[in-house]
Amino acid sequence: MPHLTATPGQTIGPFYGYALPFEADADLVPPGRPDAVRLHGVVTDGAGAPVPDALLEVWQADADGSVPQSPGSLRRDGWTFTGWGRCATDDAGGYSFTTVRPGATEAGAAPFFLITVFARGLTNRLFTRAYLPHDQTALDDDRLLAGVPAERRSTLVAVAEPTGYRFDVRLQGADETVFLTYPGH
Amino acid sequence: MGMTSQADLSAEIAAIESDYRSSGHDETQPRLDYPPYRSSLLRHPTKALQLADPETIERWAPCFGERDVSPLEADLTIQHVGEPIGERTVVTGRVVDGDGRPVRRQLVEIWQANAGGRYMHQRDQHPAPLDPAFTGVGRCLTDDDGTYRFTTIKPGPYPWKHHHNAWRPAHIHFSLFGTDFTQRMITQMYFPGDPLFALDPIYQSITDARARERLVATYDHDVTTHEWATGYRWDIVLTGSHRTPHEDDLGDDH
Ligand SMILES: [Fe+3]
Repeated sequence: MPHLTATPGQTIGPFYGYALPFEADADLVPPGRPDAVRLHGVVTDGAGAPVPDALLEVWQADADGSVPQSPGSLRRDGWTFTGWGRCATDDAGGYSFTTVRPGATEAGAAPFFLITVFARGLTNRLFTRAYLPHDQTALDDDRLLAGVPAERRSTLVAVAEPTGYRFDVRLQGADETVFLTYPGH
Repeated sequence: MGMTSQADLSAEIAAIESDYRSSGHDETQPRLDYPPYRSSLLRHPTKALQLADPETIERWAPCFGERDVSPLEADLTIQHVGEPIGERTVVTGRVVDGDGRPVRRQLVEIWQANAGGRYMHQRDQHPAPLDPAFTGVGRCLTDDDGTYRFTTIKPGPYPWKHHHNAWRPAHIHFSLFGTDFTQRMITQMYFPGDPLFALDPIYQSITDARARERLVATYDHDVTTHEWATGYRWDIVLTGSHRTPHEDDLGDDH
């Protein structure tokens, strides 16, 4: 049991755009790299309208399943994989990361991108997982997915595309994305 | 929606807080669904959050180091030629986890309006002057005790188009990382005694008065420096860490 009560979160507000983005923030690897994949999608609200003032962060294992612990995300050298990136949505609510496929952190585990969503109008951050769609056995065995109602599971699984993956984030509505909370939150 | 009066909005805020008080529940975080903050209406999840057992990647956080952040970025008053206008102030405190352990060598990012309540951002249309000597963006790494420290200018309150005559209390936006990614958070720090607290639907989206006060810094004369800057202290508690001591030992090998 934690002894201290956590400080409350607050909305990111509308004016982070000159503060939080940085050069190559969404390029965890350079776009030209042979093993580069694209992780992209659109953030929409309860009316289906794009959210042009959201900020997404991705945090993931390296292709071999190891947890990156190298500094350098804010000043990328083009060679070091730091596992973390940030992307503000565009006017159409779109975001796009250039990265590598995360590997399984344990044998048999279903690999996923961990995604954090901030937005004006969102009073606190939201977490979700974008699972890779390839290994159906691993997805079937995944404990989190098993606990999600079957009709909502697909909101947690990225869609394979020739260049990578598409993962849309629906903040509200019939096909609302499953968002996560963790013990102690 | 732009023309709701402050009195009507304040009545909505008061009704929710009164319901909360009589509920007997204990809330420590803002409500995602908080109708007085109109921008939240279509942007909050309507379904319950799914409880997840943190997996490996969630029990680690990205590393930042000297190559990411220059020590100069912690002083927002020296980023341009000339001195910014306003009250020079130092904001410092500790970042700790739910067990009180310091969050060491981790990234803290801030952004804020200038002394006149204006952001250096294209979308900010408030007709207060921009200050060419002040951008309002800072970064630092916590030290081995979890302490961060920024030198800045006290931000002014600013109007927003949320309802008629809507004003935000003066605040500094803070972005924080922990040792686990599940501790990631963005919040706002306020200054003590702001008369706008009661009127602000963002501050009041935290329905519990004690929880709200955790966002308010304390004036600290020991942080204030002779003939230079006033000082405020604000400590930050992140949600508990899920990493076991065994995993922490592995982390020391890196
Ligand atoms: Fe603000």
